[in-house]
Amino acid sequence: MHNHSSEFSPDQHRLHHVEQHKHVGISALAHDIRRSKVVLVGNPNVGKSLFFNHLSGLYVDVSNYPGTTIEISEGRFGTYDIYDTPGVYGISSFSDEENVTREIVLQSDIVLNVVDAVHLERDLFLTLQLIDMGKNVALLLNFMDEVEKQGIEIDVKLLSTYLGVPVFPTAAVLKTGFDSLPLAIEQARRGEQDKMLHPKLHTMLSVSGSEAEALLILEGDTVIAERHGVPPGTEREDIYIERRNRVNLIINAILSERDVRTRLSTMIGRWSVNAWTGVPILFGMLYVIYLFIGTFVAQDLVEFLETRLGNEMWEPWIRGVIGEYVAPQSWLGTILVGEFGLATMTITYLLFLLFPLVVAFYLTLAVMEDSGYLPRLATLVDRSLNAIGLNGSAVIPLILGFGCVTMATITTRILGTEREKRIAATILQFAVPCSAQLAVIAAMLAGAGFQAMLIFGGTIFVVFVAIGTILHRLLPGKTSPLLIDLPPMRIPRLDNVMKKTLYRAYFFMKEATPWFFAGALGVGLMQVTGLLTVWQNLLTPFTTNWLQLPREASVSFVMGMVRRDFGAAGLYDLPLTTEQIVVALVTITLFVPCIASLMVLVKERGTKEASLIWIGTWVTAFLVGGLLSQALM
Amino acid sequence: MVKHETIPLHKVARGSLVRIVEVPDGTSKAQLIRLGIHVGVLVKCLERLPGGTLVIKKNRQEIALGINLASTILVSHVRHD
Repeated sequence: MHNHSSEFSPDQHRLHHVEQHKHVGISALAHDIRRSKVVLVGNPNVGKSLFFNHLSGLYVDVSNYPGTTIEISEGRFGTYDIYDTPGVYGISSFSDEENVTREIVLQSDIVLNVVDAVHLERDLFLTLQLIDMGKNVALLLNFMDEVEKQGIEIDVKLLSTYLGVPVFPTAAVLKTGFDSLPLAIEQARRGEQDKMLHPKLHTMLSVSGSEAEALLILEGDTVIAERHGVPPGTEREDIYIERRNRVNLIINAILSERDVRTRLSTMIGRWSVNAWTGVPILFGMLYVIYLFIGTFVAQDLVEFLETRLGNEMWEPWIRGVIGEYVAPQSWLGTILVGEFGLATMTITYLLFLLFPLVVAFYLTLAVMEDSGYLPRLATLVDRSLNAIGLNGSAVIPLILGFGCVTMATITTRILGTEREKRIAATILQFAVPCSAQLAVIAAMLAGAGFQAMLIFGGTIFVVFVAIGTILHRLLPGKTSPLLIDLPPMRIPRLDNVMKKTLYRAYFFMKEATPWFFAGALGVGLMQVTGLLTVWQNLLTPFTTNWLQLPREASVSFVMGMVRRDFGAAGLYDLPLTTEQIVVALVTITLFVPCIASLMVLVKERGTKEASLIWIGTWVTAFLVGGLLSQALM
Repeated sequence: MVKHETIPLHKVARGSLVRIVEVPDGTSKAQLIRLGIHVGVLVKCLERLPGGTLVIKKNRQEIALGINLASTILVSHVRHD
């Protein structure tokens, strides 16, 4: 029998237990030729990535964790493999992020736990859980610069004694404390586990094979319990509360505050979730974003890139090159360098229009995220989104949708439940015009006058709300409630924002590019085989009789299936009355998503759901457009 | 006088300090405990947005809760700042 008497000093106690655990460690030792795995773990926004970037240098491999859409960065530092993990508040199986972090932690040899020293109370819960798991842990106490500024004092030595693991004060943004990282890896060790947990862990150990998994089973982790064929434990709540109490005890002992003067950043944080000041701040933000993306990127930059570089330089050049081998009028020529050519339109579209827009949107998102504004925005709009079956977090894909619906559809992954993903993806496909299309719409509406603008905006908004409300009513299940930590407002670090933006833009392009080519190829084939003309002829009666638009408008609708802005741009050249402009724009906005968006939708939501949405957009666009036409004309 | 009756968290006035009396079971419970919201804890209501989304503060930590969750948490009033 194991002896748990209290005559051991903490150190002896620990040694004693390491001995006892050795029988478990054998399987791990059997392949100890492998490189040691060092994992950076911490709450969201505590600076893990800064440490990871420093340790891994240039040789970083970013990939999706197998079977999920969560990105994992892997790098090398000396003889160690370094992993960055998604930020979590605890190790369990509540979300995809947690599942991924849990798996990587379970496989790790050393855990570098990054904590925000200003929010120790929040972060130490995870720290104690990692220690209870029996992992070799070293604590990186980050944001020590802010701790000083905020008049907080932390007894680092005492903290280390309480935890039983080494603690290293750092300030990652100032790059101080980076030199202690090798030491942290070297000195990481098992800490002071919860004494009450220990006997229980030993009982479970015979089943699970590792202390870490034993703990998770006790904490009722269904995934790990199932893996070992045992029922999940029922003591999660008691263990969690006990751990919380230990956190509070440690905090009371090691932390003291000199002055509690409220800082400007705290005030800005408050104002942005205040009933009176929150909305003006939001509109101010939106205006700045509009100036940056709407005016500078979407108009000036894209105009230059797409027209000057794409249409006037790249396309004639590649037509010349390919024209030497393939006749431009042949079917192969049409597919390669024709109107929807793979080498002409698709390249121009991807590189000179989509890429700058996607970078601009991801940059905006990264700044909002790193500054701490994003969770506050989610809080501000939470109640409004409840009405359409979403919670505040859905604001992220919805904002991105105005950039690129394809990009936004991929981002619906972050939402909590299948139900919310389904609602958000559907709304995006139906009623959110992307930036490429918005540019053309804005130009046409500007000519049509203020009333036209109101009717257009009003109609789209009504459809947006109606679709959300209908889905919310029809789909089984409930909206998951908003529950988010509001991190302190901070000035974002330029290098981190850039890195994040470029990673995301790269991944988006990597993921979406094949679909753009597939879509263009599909339309190219339709053009060559004459199917495109058949489509147009089929649509003509609806266009002329029901929508009361010129027959050429049906060409625009078919173009809209390829690229949403093509559809809108086709309308631009037609002689239309003000009423016709409104009807045509409403129809094209509600009309089917672009081909790349559809492909991504199929991948994210499955063929059946994607087809339903696609057909639904046809019906809605022509129904609403037609009704509007009958009402106006 | 200390009031002993309990009210749901979403009914708490802005600026009130309250003690958590009851947290319903479910997945949210574990997440709430991790964030330090469990029975016996003192929290302050920082903001109440129109519609009922709540921002509460526990020591230096600020947490936003949707009304559906806040309405299931019972608290007792401690004082008003």
